[in-house]
Amino acid sequence: MKRRKVDVSAVPAKVAGGLDDRFQAATPLRNILNKVFPDHWSFLLGEIALFSFIVLLLTGTFLTFFYDPSLSTTTYDGSYAPLRGVHMSQAYASSLNLSFDVRGGLIMRQMHHWAALTFMSAIVVHMFRIFFTGAFRKPRETNWIIGSLLFWIGFLAGFTGYSLPDDALSGTGLRIASAIMLSIPVIGSWVTTSIFDGEFPGHVIMGRFYIAHVLLIPGALLALITVHLGLVFKQKHTQWPGPGRTEHNVIGERFVPRYTIKQGGFFMIVFGVIALMGGLFQINPIWLFGPYEAYAVSAASQPDWYVMFLDGSTRLFPAWEIRFDLWGWGDGYTIPPIFWPTVVLPGILTMLPLAYPFIEARLTKDYKAHNLLQRPRDVPARTSLGAMAIAFWIVLTLSGGNDVIADKFHISLNAMTWAGRILLLVAPPLAYYVTYRICLGLQQHDREVLAHGVETGIIRRLPDGRFIEVHQPLAPVDEHGHGSLEYAGWVVPKKMNRLGALGPAIRGFFFPIEKPAEAPVSPGHPPVTAHPEREEITK
Amino acid sequence: MTTDTHAHGTEPEEVDIYDPRLSRFEVVREGARRDGVEIVHYEDPFPVKGTKAERRVVRSVSAFFLLTGIAATVFMVVYIWWPWEYELGANNSKLYTPLLGLSLGVALLGIGFGILTWGKKLMPKEIAIQDRHDGPSERAQRKLTGETMAYIVDELGIKRRKTLGLAALLGLAPVGLVAAAPLIGGLIKSPTKDRILFRTGWDPAANGGRLVRLTREDGTPIRPEDVSVGGQMTVFPGIPEGATNEHADSPTLLIHLRAADGEKALGSAKPVNEGAQWENFVAYSKICTHAGCPASLYEQQTNRLLCPCHQSQFLITDNARPIFGPATRSLPQLPITVDEEGFFVATSDYKVAVGPAFWERP
Repeated sequence: MKRRKVDVSAVPAKVAGGLDDRFQAATPLRNILNKVFPDHWSFLLGEIALFSFIVLLLTGTFLTFFYDPSLSTTTYDGSYAPLRGVHMSQAYASSLNLSFDVRGGLIMRQMHHWAALTFMSAIVVHMFRIFFTGAFRKPRETNWIIGSLLFWIGFLAGFTGYSLPDDALSGTGLRIASAIMLSIPVIGSWVTTSIFDGEFPGHVIMGRFYIAHVLLIPGALLALITVHLGLVFKQKHTQWPGPGRTEHNVIGERFVPRYTIKQGGFFMIVFGVIALMGGLFQINPIWLFGPYEAYAVSAASQPDWYVMFLDGSTRLFPAWEIRFDLWGWGDGYTIPPIFWPTVVLPGILTMLPLAYPFIEARLTKDYKAHNLLQRPRDVPARTSLGAMAIAFWIVLTLSGGNDVIADKFHISLNAMTWAGRILLLVAPPLAYYVTYRICLGLQQHDREVLAHGVETGIIRRLPDGRFIEVHQPLAPVDEHGHGSLEYAGWVVPKKMNRLGALGPAIRGFFFPIEKPAEAPVSPGHPPVTAHPEREEITK
Repeated sequence: MTTDTHAHGTEPEEVDIYDPRLSRFEVVREGARRDGVEIVHYEDPFPVKGTKAERRVVRSVSAFFLLTGIAATVFMVVYIWWPWEYELGANNSKLYTPLLGLSLGVALLGIGFGILTWGKKLMPKEIAIQDRHDGPSERAQRKLTGETMAYIVDELGIKRRKTLGLAALLGLAPVGLVAAAPLIGGLIKSPTKDRILFRTGWDPAANGGRLVRLTREDGTPIRPEDVSVGGQMTVFPGIPEGATNEHADSPTLLIHLRAADGEKALGSAKPVNEGAQWENFVAYSKICTHAGCPASLYEQQTNRLLCPCHQSQFLITDNARPIFGPATRSLPQLPITVDEEGFFVATSDYKVAVGPAFWERP
């Protein structure tokens, strides 16, 4: 049989043709390749969460090959000498083996933990960006809701995940979680005994947390992330105002290759940074905590950072317990104090953000669709509300570590608690006021530069002895010397080198040499026009 | 350069994409145009090929990729040959994980920076504009879809045949319950059975009616002279597995008060705690009444017990009453005495439920 010579250069076209014969992919594929994405560094914060999630799936799958979610007791006989002979749960022993007796296991565990922390941080920072720029407004309320839910599901993923090793720290956290469940009115004790299959800790909780952590929660995350990205794709990304940018177009680069190249490169960088942290920075050294024993705890027991605000609210909440009789029915009933800061507060913190886009639309009577972002300073009320929320959260998070602060700075622990209680009420309104003033100040300065021009740093002395600073107008001025430019919702240049009238302050990465002004200047418009009066002065 | 979609004067006429004189880029631009994307700016950073500047960028991209190759090789070498098994003390095995992280991180960063430099420095810059086509669908489309959906309801005739709808509802609702039943039925566990929330390992009933001894973690019983004045000791019920998490609500703190404090404690005892103290020894549950952490930091001078989780503080000389922090209830006191052999025993279980409060707790 004679072999036909294969023309290699014709293979791609032939394969593509064959695929299109069957799937009619040419038009939709080109549509995707040509889709335009706007570009700004702040649009990549959500990507960090996405990439961390991929790292979580990769490292997490590795960990499942070695972890055993059993609470049956065993005697440790692994490589870590200080714990040899200690009775512990199979879960803890297998976590130790994973760290010491599996080659490369420790870096996988640490990368998994760092990726989880990065995932949550990226979600939070991404939400800040969305909130402060008004990206949640119509038509993107659905994606805002999905994003908020992703935070809470990520929170659950984190909590179930760090409970799995069954070390002294996570066991204490689990016990607090059981107390939180117990505190729910009417059904609390039923919920707790049902989840733990009897009294805390029981024998099944690790198995249940495990399947939640490796199947149910990641499944929910994956589904919601898919919808989240799908909606971004469908609704097209928001963009900052700028030259030519309107509510009805997207200005940027096409999806393939430029945008995908940036994404791919950025993924590798996120992955690389997580690998560096996983190798170089110790995280959750469970072997130092020892196995969980109901009677053992140490001071400075802090959860992961995204849980600390709830720990803080629990510490700050006053000892207010509600006890009552239901007309002699039963022996009397209790709503424990822990119910308010750990069930009611998170409930409010979940529901309020979900409703926020609709609340804001109603208050501002703005029901129009928006694709252009707002600068935080231009919406002072929203920005200040956000600052208020952040202040509230910071006080709670710091209070979650108030014993450590008290210890390191030699402050009374009780004083720290009281400071937290007072600050929790005082700091948010203060943050609101200060932020509002800062926003107004920034707005005013933008308008000032538009009206009077950029400060040149040149001081002139007038004939009568007064000193004035020379301003460079941004556009032709009227008879009063006022610029005619309208504020366009975007950065107003405030330095001469921003106008191209001076060279960049720092040239290059390794050569911080300021170059004098041989900068590109448009002909006929020297950077600083010598005023005609100048001659009069020197006369 | 202009960035306005409509500033191109006349609408560009359809380009014949089969025209052999067109460059590939012109075909691409036409394809984009047919997708509603206008490439308004396209600029090669190196219009003259092979300049020194271009070669410099090519060199740095290559350097990044080669760095990745080296780092990945280092990773493999370390992974295979570096001593990785844990050994106590300062030795090379401690460097295993850091070296893996360093080599892997550098390898990945090399790829990342290589790709990014390639994309940002070597690829032509472009600005493209795409129309959004957002907002609602066309009115006619809405009308057609709306009518189609309304007609589905008409076709089913559910509005007319009311009984059918009712029957379907009554029939299907139980099926929903059937779907939920196995899950709920399998998981549900009554907290009232055996009063598990009110009993601990100190209950003599579970010990064949014998009083339960106070023991150390290793199960050895305790004599009064084992605890020095002002000292304290964590004790467990002297029953099988009494010191394990099987009895997570049973750990108890046995405190030997100074004589004056002992009298104070005896004098202030609440009715429920009367007779619980033995000489100057008191035993309080170690499980915090707030969130269940072990309240284990005992300050000898002030007789306060601090829970490290949420900083509740309990005054041992006054029924372990909460005096600071979020806890609302006193730590339950275990009634103790010394048996005929001279060891501590609990005269009964705790009189009230141990640990965090819940709805049914009086």
